[in-house]
Amino acid sequence: MDLTAAASGQNLTLQRLKKNKSALAGLVIVLLLLIIALFAPLLAPHHPHEQKLDLALTAPCQEYPFGTDHFGRCIFSRIIFGTRTSLEIGVIVTAISAFTGIVFGLLGGFYSGFVDELIMRVVDIFLAFPGLILALVIAGLLGPGMFNVMFALALVGWMGYTRVVRGAVLAEKEKGFFAAAKALGAGDFYIMYRHLLPNIIAPVIVMATLGIGHAILTAAGLSFLGLGIQPPAPVWGSMLNDGKNYLQAAPQMTIFPGFAIMITVLAFNFLGDGMRDILDPKLKEKRIT
Amino acid sequence: MLKYIARRLALLVVVVIGVTLLTFSLMHLAPGDPAEMIAINRYGLENLTGENIEQIRAAEGLHAPVHIQYLRWLRHTVRGDFGYSLVTGAPVREEILLRLPATLKLAFAALLVSLLIAVPAGIISAVKHHSPWDYATMTGALLGVSMPNFWLGLLLMLLFSVILGWFPVCGYGSLRHTILPAVTLGAGMAAITTRLTRSSMLEVLSQDYIIAARSKGLSEKSIICNHALKNSFIPVLTMIGLQLGHLLEGAVIVESIFAWPGIGKLLVDSIFARDFSVIQGCVLLFAVLFVIVNLLVDISYVYLDPRIRYEKES
Repeated sequence: MDLTAAASGQNLTLQRLKKNKSALAGLVIVLLLLIIALFAPLLAPHHPHEQKLDLALTAPCQEYPFGTDHFGRCIFSRIIFGTRTSLEIGVIVTAISAFTGIVFGLLGGFYSGFVDELIMRVVDIFLAFPGLILALVIAGLLGPGMFNVMFALALVGWMGYTRVVRGAVLAEKEKGFFAAAKALGAGDFYIMYRHLLPNIIAPVIVMATLGIGHAILTAAGLSFLGLGIQPPAPVWGSMLNDGKNYLQAAPQMTIFPGFAIMITVLAFNFLGDGMRDILDPKLKEKRIT
Repeated sequence: MLKYIARRLALLVVVVIGVTLLTFSLMHLAPGDPAEMIAINRYGLENLTGENIEQIRAAEGLHAPVHIQYLRWLRHTVRGDFGYSLVTGAPVREEILLRLPATLKLAFAALLVSLLIAVPAGIISAVKHHSPWDYATMTGALLGVSMPNFWLGLLLMLLFSVILGWFPVCGYGSLRHTILPAVTLGAGMAAITTRLTRSSMLEVLSQDYIIAARSKGLSEKSIICNHALKNSFIPVLTMIGLQLGHLLEGAVIVESIFAWPGIGKLLVDSIFARDFSVIQGCVLLFAVLFVIVNLLVDISYVYLDPRIRYEKES
């Protein structure tokens, strides 16, 4: 690609980003969350597992900005460390589901016929289950743990990417460069990787950004039900699950972790929606939710 | 149209078979020997002997190859026999039928709440585009979409049950028990429907026939009620249909928060108790309901909007 063209393309993206206030806000919050996750040990005033039973259920004060939970642990510190877990889950799950989805979408769109039919029917079957319910059952049966939660979430999250990628590949196949590459004798995988992938990646990036938020939300839902990552790990969802039992005595246990989840999900949604507008202004307003 | 429905029904059969296969395989995800699990459930860990494990293996046909087990299970399931709960010993079908009305009640209450909020809010927002009311509504909708429903449920419970004492904390029965769960479940849906009603209404209001109606000198009220409303409802209706599926999903969480004795709570409790036959039954029910609702939505969409032609869509 021409270097100046690339540079001006980047400038255009930056300019559009600057104009799109909510996308910018999303980006700033996401960057902040990344910093919090990276520097959690420096930012947290207490160790997330440190228990002071005599200080249990303390209301927010100077020493404990968000108060303490039923074991006398610092809620503020636990939320900070929880950022790590949440982002880890969001990013890894999205990476796995996007990768799987892209591979199947490319294969289905490229080969059509039987392969396509087979892949799309498997997609339909997975889409037949409400996502949370399938994830719930998989995570529940496999047993608690970070890996199992990620596996469950990835397993229910790849289908959207396959559909989008396949559709985009079908559209790209009609274009001249595809026939040209074929005529030059390029191999199937070369065409897929070198010619198709770069042309279809924009909507996937948008989906993946929204997907991170969604994965974080679903993971929190699983933990809330007690089927996610197990205590004492600082996880926002299970903090809420604990908070449920102390609504009267310690509402801070419920208020702050939920707020953290909402802000994080909101930031990824803003960023994703904004990126859609930036990468493809034509699509604007098309998707409502 | 008929051809389209026929094709969709054929696909539905494939999907439902796939769904049963996946549901059946799920149970094999659990680590450990199923016969041993059943024995633990039935006799307790302390009374566990190799003899009664083998007895169960023989009685439940667990020594057969997996595909035979699947076919046998499928044959029973198709007849509506979902087996027996490993915990209570009652038929799974009865357990589910007992809980189904509560879930349906919750889902319809939530739907009602969301429509009562969303439709007026969306219409007024569109008619008074860019007014403070519009901005306030859109901010509210944004909050509603991004708020995790489990958090919203707890906050409502905190405010209205614990602090104000207006509603019971949890339980099932009267209208007062229903309000908080219904609002929790309906809020997200209300937010989405508000946005959609608004944008759909805005689009319709910019059409030529509305301009024509205006230039004829019709009153604003008549334009909105007679011309715009009907046309703007098509996407809203289908969206409501799609959301019904997601209501089932939300019901799992909301029922768990408010101890609402529906299918969602049954599913979560069964997962904790490792009650495989009940889990299978619930998952299958959720999936089949979800598929059917989606199919009805798609068909009604084609029916309501003749401009849409499904020719070679898959």
